[in-house]
Amino acid sequence: MKEIFEILEQNARATPEQISTMVDKPVSEVEKIIKQAEKDGSILKYKAIINWPKLGEGDIWALIEVRVTPQRGVGFDTIAERIYQFPEVHSAYLVSGTYDLAILVRGKTMQEISSFVAEKLAPLEQVQSTVTHFLLKRYKENGETFHLPKETNKRLPITP
Amino acid sequence: MLNAKSAPTKARDNLISQKVDTLPPSGIRKFFDLLSSVEDVISLGIGEPDFVTPWHIREAGTYSLEKGYTMYTSNSGMPELRQELASYLELRYGVSYHPENEILITTGSSEGLDLALRAIINPGDEVIIPNPCYVAYPADIILAGGVPILVPTNEENNFVVRATDIEARITKQTKAILIGYPANPTGAVMSKKEADATAGLAKKYDLLVISDEIYARLVYGVEHICFPSLPGMKERTILISGFSKSHAMTGWRIGYAAAERRFIQALAKIHQYTMLSAPTMAQMAAIEALRNGESEVEKMVQEYNRRRRLMVKRLNEIGLPCFEPKGAFYAFPSIKATGMNSEEFAEKLLLEEKVAVVPGTAFGPYGEGFVRCCYATSLPSIEEALRRMDRFIRKSRLNTA
Repeated sequence: MKEIFEILEQNARATPEQISTMVDKPVSEVEKIIKQAEKDGSILKYKAIINWPKLGEGDIWALIEVRVTPQRGVGFDTIAERIYQFPEVHSAYLVSGTYDLAILVRGKTMQEISSFVAEKLAPLEQVQSTVTHFLLKRYKENGETFHLPKETNKRLPITP
Repeated sequence: MLNAKSAPTKARDNLISQKVDTLPPSGIRKFFDLLSSVEDVISLGIGEPDFVTPWHIREAGTYSLEKGYTMYTSNSGMPELRQELASYLELRYGVSYHPENEILITTGSSEGLDLALRAIINPGDEVIIPNPCYVAYPADIILAGGVPILVPTNEENNFVVRATDIEARITKQTKAILIGYPANPTGAVMSKKEADATAGLAKKYDLLVISDEIYARLVYGVEHICFPSLPGMKERTILISGFSKSHAMTGWRIGYAAAERRFIQALAKIHQYTMLSAPTMAQMAAIEALRNGESEVEKMVQEYNRRRRLMVKRLNEIGLPCFEPKGAFYAFPSIKATGMNSEEFAEKLLLEEKVAVVPGTAFGPYGEGFVRCCYATSLPSIEEALRRMDRFIRKSRLNTA
């Protein structure tokens, strides 16, 4: 069953028919498993990984370290939610170490991100401090490499 | 004789050894030249993994260069590597070899095979090989001074050689049986029962067995039978294997031979005069492969299995009946229904639909009526190749109708 999800994770467009052949299970069963996973949130969404810079769309990204004061009863969850609900926040994680939340923020300009930090994030009551790291270059994301030239075929066309 | 102006002649070139001069060129080579003339081909003709060697193994190779491991190693190979191999074979297949004198590290399993044949063959000795088989088997036997005796295998017995067919060809000159399961080009695997039957013959007629198990790790839903692990077989088997297929390391040229001491000593004697030692960098990489490569091997096997199921199913759907190959990364469908012979089929398919497959006859006379399709290529390529083959077959059906 795990294999079905591994295939979808690699290629969200794999059809139940293709998957059924690959894992040697009836199509109906594969469809059922996928439907169930969509329903119970095991599969959250199907998305494409876009190489935006290639399309000339140069979004600005920043990784922000946030130190917060946890709250009684709910720990970090409530403050985390207050932060991740902002549409600017692309990803948010609770991490161990010298800060608490690691958030990935996306904006059209550096200005946009600065204002988000200065006007939305930093003023939050539980936020003690923030450190903003602007992304300079992306090498690999979600298992896909960006800057390496596409793996060219180095194999001879026919070998014994 | 060396005058460039002299007219080309069909007569034998006396400056070239007669054995080499009369050795037929590889059937694959012929096809390679034709292939080079066509552009944008999807190739199902490549007999090697499409994965690049896992990064941690490449990194180990790079590191060894940085550290200056650029010298010869011991003739038999680095002791650490032999030790790792001994434990690996013991753990995985329950056959124990002494790392000191029962394992030889070779420059690819190809060298191991050549050494094994040269080490045991006296002029005129016969070596029995199932056919179709890997292109090098008959040639290597001939080069070693032996006589290849082909035993036909076919779809009815899933391309596994039958002991009775072997027995029918045993003569006083028979020295050894050379088997290679999982098999290139058929993808066949040998079951325990079939292996036992062959082992029985080896004992009965006092024959050696050379077991080429380079595809051992690429089996799907079945257990690989390591031939020397069968009762009484370690003492009469030379096991040949390597890292090319299991760890996607074809270009590193690293393999090994394992057998009882007297055989390994004989192989090592030739090896020390001809190869000295296998590439040091590749040996270092192989150590890393054995120590930390298992999860990558399993990942690749799982991926091959998905492609295998897709390819076999599609081949059967488009009218090229294909028995289920349970090993290696080849499907070997029959093309008899098309009315073409293997070479014709492969050539037309290449020129009309730009898909390369290898004609079964490249693997010997008993490969006629089949083509080899390798599924060690990306899923989208396999799908596209099969769409084109489907079109090709429909077209040729219309033409003959």
